[in-house]
Amino acid sequence: MRRSRFPVAVTAAVLAFFYLPIIVLVANSFNPARFSSRWQGFSLVWYRRLFESPEVWQALKNTLIVAVAVTAISVVLGTLAAFALHRYAASRLQRVHYTLIYAPLVVPEILMGIGLLMAFVAAGVPLGLVTIILAHVTFCVSFVAMTVLGRLQDFDFSVVEAARDLGAGWGRIVRKVLVPMLMPGIAAGALLAFTLSVDDFVITFFVAGPGATTLPLRIYSMIKFGAPPMINALSTLLLAVTVTAVLASRRLSRSKR
Amino acid sequence: MYHCGDLTPKQRAEWLVSLPTLAWLALFLVIPAALIFVLAFRPADPYGGIGAGWTLETVRALWAPSNLAIAVRTLWISLLTTAVCLVLAVPAGYTIARASEKWRNRLLMLVIVPFWTSFLVRVFAWRSLLHPEGPVKALLQAAGLAGPETTLLYNPAAVVLVMVYTFLPFTILPIYAAAEKFDFRIVEAARDLGARPFQAFRKVFLPGISQGLLTAFLVVFIPALGSYIIPDLVGGPSGEMLGSKIAQRVFTDRNLPHASALSAVLVLAVMAPLVAVLALQRKKKRADIIMGESP
Repeated sequence: MRRSRFPVAVTAAVLAFFYLPIIVLVANSFNPARFSSRWQGFSLVWYRRLFESPEVWQALKNTLIVAVAVTAISVVLGTLAAFALHRYAASRLQRVHYTLIYAPLVVPEILMGIGLLMAFVAAGVPLGLVTIILAHVTFCVSFVAMTVLGRLQDFDFSVVEAARDLGAGWGRIVRKVLVPMLMPGIAAGALLAFTLSVDDFVITFFVAGPGATTLPLRIYSMIKFGAPPMINALSTLLLAVTVTAVLASRRLSRSKR
Repeated sequence: MYHCGDLTPKQRAEWLVSLPTLAWLALFLVIPAALIFVLAFRPADPYGGIGAGWTLETVRALWAPSNLAIAVRTLWISLLTTAVCLVLAVPAGYTIARASEKWRNRLLMLVIVPFWTSFLVRVFAWRSLLHPEGPVKALLQAAGLAGPETTLLYNPAAVVLVMVYTFLPFTILPIYAAAEKFDFRIVEAARDLGARPFQAFRKVFLPGISQGLLTAFLVVFIPALGSYIIPDLVGGPSGEMLGSKIAQRVFTDRNLPHASALSAVLVLAVMAPLVAVLALQRKKKRADIIMGESP
């Protein structure tokens, strides 16, 4: 039967729509013109400006500090939570636990941001990198827990029973059996937590306070208060880093299999 | 709460492994959520903090016509965005599901890759595209569709455009997932029985992927209601939404109780579609059981 061409045409248009802004952005990062409608030759001037900007470097440093701390905490908490959710799946406590872990995945970011800001203000906690870390962990835990839970779904617990029968204590079981077998899930969760932390703007904006600026906050103020061509260069670099990281992780997971 | 001595060893182990996340989320998710509702009844202090005592003033002020206009606009912008996303995502999801396996993976990658860029950067890219000196306007002017006076930025249409751009992949993926499981022989059977292509599509294919459509709806509509950056960066005053109003109350007016009253409205607005969909699903499941189909 002849299939309609219409859906294919829509799909092609949608893909063009997806790529157009990104292509223009990358092209403009090499365009020396300040207002970028006309091409004025290839130039790396915006990249040089970017590398000479101390604010960008400081923001990058803050972003990495936050992301590393957030990844470490949420991997431990999230993996533990996934284990609890899987092992005691039927209990009423785990139903509450699951609802709580699921909530950050559906609650709009702005509500989490404002709620946390109010909690910190009410408790008198000074805003800064620490409050950013606390806030990021709150949503990253859910993503780690869900990723590890997915891995646990096809995990055979008789392996743990066998290790216990053979006389292994819990510490040893965790180190030698659970963690190695769950590693792909944990690594995927860690990568996700890191990426989400690096990219988060809305929640960070609410809980950052005046002193602590991360890269997205920096980009936002660059968008709001001028310096567009530098953002093009920064975005192109970020895009290159993410694409490389994702391709590398895909290759890594493929070669393991 | 049980006393520790009443717990079996298994229960004690369960509490031990669940407690860290439970405590964390109670502290940083449940208490903040409750505070949103509580602070709406507290007065503001002039230093951007929270005053002493209780007041109904803030909640009463919610009924101001300007707030109502923003609430209505938030609703229609979100509904329009969801509708446009669904209309584009159904053919796209269908095409990907019907492609050969090699092409299917390629197309899925093509859908996902642009969204590896930072969300802010994508909004910014649209800002420069729609800029008065940007390429889109130059193109429209060349085609005679826009005059020198036309502004493409800072209006509700720009907000809808950028929101569709942001949420479309999240609609395509669940619809693709549903279409991939759909048995297309049923459509062919309907055609053999004389259904016209559009009839077969509407009466057979769409009901067949209803679960995917429902997921896609929630995945767009709920975050759309809470949008903040997009109206803030491309909306201008005429494209303001609840989210940008909340942020304005926090950062410009420094009035947390007002912000929390508006946020409480947003919480209720977000809960409504979630509860509706859950109720709908429960009803459907019950109907399936009565009809003797497996859920």
